[in-house]
Amino acid sequence: MDFGLSEDQVLLDKTVRGFLADQVPIERVRELRELDCPNDPGLWKSLSELGLTGILVPEALGGSELKLLDAALVAQALGYAATPSAFLSSSVIAPIALRALDSERIEPWLAGLATGDLRIGVAMMELISSREGAGLRVEGGELHGKSMMALDACSADLLMVAIDEDTLAIVDRGADGVSVSRLRTTDATRCTAEVVFEGVRPLELFEGARSAIGRSLEAGRIILAADVLGACESMIDQAVRYAGQRKQFDRLIGSFQAVKHMCSEMIAELEPARSLLWYAAHAFTAMPDEAPLLSRLVLSHLAEIGREIASTSTQVHGGIGWTDEQNLHFWFKRIGVARHLLGGPETLREQAASLQGFDSAS
Amino acid sequence: MDLEFGERYEAFRQEVRQFLTDHEDRRPTTSLSEAPPGQLSDWLCLQIEHGYWARTIPKEYGGFGGEPDLLETVIMDEEFNRAHVTRGYGAQGPSMLVPTLLAHGTEEQKKRWIAPTLRAETIWCQGYSEPGAGSDLASLQTRASEDGDDFIINGQKIWTSTADTSDMMFILVRTEPDATKHAGISYVLLPMETEGIDVQPLRTMSGDIGENSFNQVFFTDVRVPQANVVGSRGEGWKIANTTLKHERNSLNSNGEGTFLRLVRLMKNEITNGVPAIASPVYRDRLMRLQARMLTMKHHGMRMLTCNLRGEAPGVAGLIVKLQNCQLNFDMASLAIDVMGELGVLYDHTKYERERGFWQAHSFFSLGLIIGGGTAQIQKNIIAERGLGLPREPKPAKA
Repeated sequence: MDFGLSEDQVLLDKTVRGFLADQVPIERVRELRELDCPNDPGLWKSLSELGLTGILVPEALGGSELKLLDAALVAQALGYAATPSAFLSSSVIAPIALRALDSERIEPWLAGLATGDLRIGVAMMELISSREGAGLRVEGGELHGKSMMALDACSADLLMVAIDEDTLAIVDRGADGVSVSRLRTTDATRCTAEVVFEGVRPLELFEGARSAIGRSLEAGRIILAADVLGACESMIDQAVRYAGQRKQFDRLIGSFQAVKHMCSEMIAELEPARSLLWYAAHAFTAMPDEAPLLSRLVLSHLAEIGREIASTSTQVHGGIGWTDEQNLHFWFKRIGVARHLLGGPETLREQAASLQGFDSAS
Repeated sequence: MDLEFGERYEAFRQEVRQFLTDHEDRRPTTSLSEAPPGQLSDWLCLQIEHGYWARTIPKEYGGFGGEPDLLETVIMDEEFNRAHVTRGYGAQGPSMLVPTLLAHGTEEQKKRWIAPTLRAETIWCQGYSEPGAGSDLASLQTRASEDGDDFIINGQKIWTSTADTSDMMFILVRTEPDATKHAGISYVLLPMETEGIDVQPLRTMSGDIGENSFNQVFFTDVRVPQANVVGSRGEGWKIANTTLKHERNSLNSNGEGTFLRLVRLMKNEITNGVPAIASPVYRDRLMRLQARMLTMKHHGMRMLTCNLRGEAPGVAGLIVKLQNCQLNFDMASLAIDVMGELGVLYDHTKYERERGFWQAHSFFSLGLIIGGGTAQIQKNIIAERGLGLPREPKPAKA
């Protein structure tokens, strides 16, 4: 019995964190937010050289073939550094879905994800929530409709589009009739977009893809939870550091119980959440039957404690925490937007209850 | 990550299961505190003989004499829980005094006290808190003055669980009045039948329901031999801290069991013809609690792994008591809410739910948030020892 990270995982965690601290300091994030899409192609290439873009791609196709827990450590590091990247879409949701599809067609795509030459944006929001007339349909083999809040679609080469719970389309991002327009959120470190399809013939249409879609969303939710966890960890570190340096009334503010208790409350929420995240990520691979429930509970839980930690950390900083210059808001907003990217906590909890039969009146 | 126990441990699990089946007729049928003394002792002796209680206590002190093995402990706990049988005897004697004696007692003290304590032939209570010494325990004032080879104790203790039924008390008293606050305390073993001890029940908010009987204990010229000191005179604070550590370790809770009980309640509790679990409002609260319960369940596994690997858990270990106690209180709160206006009944009538369990659990969990180091003291410890934040400066003496 060993419920913890392996030596390799500890090393992976350290390597990715070190790399990001060095290559994507927050000053770089400030530059990236000015671009049309914050996902930096140069950084993506570097991540692929570290074997991270293909972390879930089979070795035979050039990937690292690691497990979801390893990917969760990478996501956590990305959240910690508030790094913009297409990791959630192209390195997790897309390859998990592709691997669950029985088709030779998928091999070159998976190989492209591993080398970093291919990026796949993900348009699945309408499975969770359809707003503003969004929705997709296939007529005569052609795709029509629109999808909102698609992940990393701006800079993608292909789009993975969920038509309904059973049907998945792979579409060339550059095909005629596809238009992608960025929907800027409060979070400048993540790319979300509106994608409109006007009679587009998909490269491939997969019917009977229910399990592929379900598994990819489970993985996506666990990975998004890991991102939030990393962002929370950074906000706590920053608050503790600030409380240990800032003086008021001739004292370090961290010596006031009002302030130190805020720090204790944050870490007291974070550490057990980390334990659940490890378990959920491990279960995704080792006990897949548990993943539908765990993925929803872990993301909804991180959404709740994330909001609390983001607010508390900012309050520990006082007025300076509220300024653009202090940079704290990058994490605050990343946590706030993640809350709604793959289903809000209320939706996820209702689904979690339903999975356990708690919604029926008997 | 490897959540399998492996062959050797699975074999051990089968042994424990077999034991529980084979000896079903030997266990007390009442709660342990109400069991006839002889029956309880026999049952504990049988467990010790098979190594399911006092497993790592040396044979010469009445234990089984096994090697420490955390996974065996986990398996024993799991299997006893599954069979709804209490393993061993979780009173203050075995859980707090025995580890303290093993670490600090003389050979004679160990031989004299450990075996009967393990068999519940000697029942202990803890004399630490005083009316003026709660969170600031080291400011305790109960005085033990020297008189030849004896001490004469005068003062008062409070929050003394089971003092009314105990044979002995391990007590902290001030023996060196001129020493500094922490250096003047001694740890003493005191027979409760000694003249001058007056035990008065302390009624708590739990009333008559629930298992928490607290007392106040008054000492008037109580004579005890100096030989009953554990460790050296003036070392009591250090020794008590080892005991307190054992207390915090023993405050772990079975959150999953409570959660499952809550789910059962919500399926059965009908208001206006609809079960509570069919209400989206209550269901949402239940799901939030399920996520929190799972965080603590797996956090427990992570802490166990830290122990097995010999790694220090750091701040992740310091938050356990704070989080578990609050979780328990919040689960009881939801249960009370779904029972609505009948959930507040606290008298064994036909309308009362589960014999007042949830109200008693609520009161008791609130007590645990305070006892064994209040939530606020826990937060100080987390911030100062876990996060390295500075201590509060001491106010200048007026």
